[in-house]
Amino acid sequence: MIDSLGIIIYAILVYTPPLLFAALGSCFSENSGVINIGIEGMMTIGAFTGAAVAYYTHNPWFAFLCAGLAGAAFGALHAMATVSFGADQTISGTAINFLAPGVAVLLAKALFNSSDTPALDTTDKMPILFNDLFQGGSTWGNFLKNIFCNYSSTYLVFVSVFVVWFVFYKTRFGMRLRAVGEHPRACDTLGINVYAMRYAAVIISGFLSGLGGACVTMAIANQFRPISVVGQGFIAIAAVIFGKFRPQGAMWACLLFGMCTGLKVVLGSNNVISPQLISMIPYVVTVIVLILFVGKSRVPSANGKPYQKTK
Amino acid sequence: MNKINKFLQSRAFLTLIAILAGFIVGVIFLLLVGISPVTAYAKLFDSVFSRPKNLAYCVVYATPLIFTGLSVAFSFRTGVFNIGAEGQFVVGALAACSVGILVDVPAIIHIPLCFLAAAAAGALWGVIVGFLKVKWGINEVLSMIMFNWIAFYLSNFCVDEIEAIHTDGTADATKNVLDSARILLPESIRSFLAPTSNYGIFLAIAAVIIVYIIIEKTTLGYQLKAVGFNKSAAEYGGIHVNKAILTAIGISGLLSGIGGAVHVLGMGQRISVFAAQEGFGFEGISVALIGASSPVGVLFSGLFYGAMKYGGSRLNLIQAPSEIVNIIMGTIVFFIAISHVFQIVIRRRGGK
Repeated sequence: MIDSLGIIIYAILVYTPPLLFAALGSCFSENSGVINIGIEGMMTIGAFTGAAVAYYTHNPWFAFLCAGLAGAAFGALHAMATVSFGADQTISGTAINFLAPGVAVLLAKALFNSSDTPALDTTDKMPILFNDLFQGGSTWGNFLKNIFCNYSSTYLVFVSVFVVWFVFYKTRFGMRLRAVGEHPRACDTLGINVYAMRYAAVIISGFLSGLGGACVTMAIANQFRPISVVGQGFIAIAAVIFGKFRPQGAMWACLLFGMCTGLKVVLGSNNVISPQLISMIPYVVTVIVLILFVGKSRVPSANGKPYQKTK
Repeated sequence: MNKINKFLQSRAFLTLIAILAGFIVGVIFLLLVGISPVTAYAKLFDSVFSRPKNLAYCVVYATPLIFTGLSVAFSFRTGVFNIGAEGQFVVGALAACSVGILVDVPAIIHIPLCFLAAAAAGALWGVIVGFLKVKWGINEVLSMIMFNWIAFYLSNFCVDEIEAIHTDGTADATKNVLDSARILLPESIRSFLAPTSNYGIFLAIAAVIIVYIIIEKTTLGYQLKAVGFNKSAAEYGGIHVNKAILTAIGISGLLSGIGGAVHVLGMGQRISVFAAQEGFGFEGISVALIGASSPVGVLFSGLFYGAMKYGGSRLNLIQAPSEIVNIIMGTIVFFIAISHVFQIVIRRRGGK
């Protein structure tokens, strides 16, 4: 019992970070009034960059940072289209979702002659924390080890939730960001630079999505494959809508998805239920939870609307 | 001069610019990875146009995309963003495949039955989402993403675990659909076209015409568009908004579902366990955008996408990465997204 619980918690802690990083990114973008369905593509380019840079430099933290920057680059592209050029945000995001994975796999083929990057050594992956602190062996030892000996990205993501929450609700930047997503014209009148705020938000969302992608290829797995990220960006967006556009809400939603994945790992091993049906659980659960508890989520008023300064 | 100016400001011209931009960016990336753009584009062009057989393949590749493109375009016109075309396509294909395997009747009944099942499945998949939206106000983009994945795993479950349709062989796939359900062209014609050439393209053209008529010429189309433009105004005008939303999503889903049927009864023949989403629905979004959400535009952009997809798949033969096609298509969509900027530039030039 304790063993299974430990394994489930471990699985949650392993599978949540990619979603949660991307969801935090999505929070920034959506709250500033820019829909970003390009999260998926930004995660993919981050996933590739993280794995490739870690392979060459053997420095996981530097690779992790590069992954974020790669995501941010595509975030800047999305920001340019949507903020400066007033492009339809959904169309631009769709374009990113074709472009970024295309670039990732193209570069993989050019650098490694294969659509997959080579497997990383354990030392090149995200470091695991507190490895020596807990001795496995006993039931409780294993349990604690499962819970606390995790990839550093896992710890980082939960710290990030707090940081993002703080930025959103306790700093001037965050309040302005949210105001820009609600009523850009009023903000403009008060002297807030709407364009700059939205640029910042979308680029940050790309950065965090890139980190999320790197969690897949540098923690969960040890290499980039074209299907590394597949779908997780969209789930992250779902988590944000589900979490009512708040970082803490998105965290609970991501944990729910992570838990379902955890259950899949545990239940999948004993073949009682079809693994395909178990995989379906998170999505069905989301729909049911939405019907029962959440209902209408309040979208930031200016979400999806390009802002044009009047002359 | 006036005529030229008018052309320069038209959507068609902007689309051409976007396509040109796509190929230019493609050149940059090909150079970046050390492949001669001339060789790669020659291969791409050659794979599409060199023989009637290749063109026939392009049409086969394009047919399902025309359906999902129409589906998404229809949703855009009616104010819904059907990101769920992927799931609707999958359940449509699954329904058509199941009926194609399990029901043994003459072709004249069998084929319509398969299409009916696919259309119903696709429409249902859309309407459920519409129902969640109008009944509980649940964001349709969110629930469509969920239903894409539910369809994905539902299909995998059925293919994997339902004995009646699972293949007798070792593959992770269904049996082949019965010959009476297949929509291939007669053998004599196929022998000099592609082996998988099918009637689907004629259905697609028919669908383009029907969708055009619904959107532009009927009261229903007018109502759906009105709701898409402005819900409150439409409601004041006496249009039943909730019913309109359900109808719009239903028709959109139906089109994607039929796309799934065309794919499985024409080219696919059976369904395999998916490792990743196949992307017909997502590619449909691009097709709709490149076709400016007009039915006729979708027909052409669908054919273009089909050609790029087929041509791209042949690039591997010269060791060029087929991902270049995704980059080109992504760039095209990106430039279409920002195309009105060019429009403004051209207009200013014209004004001077």
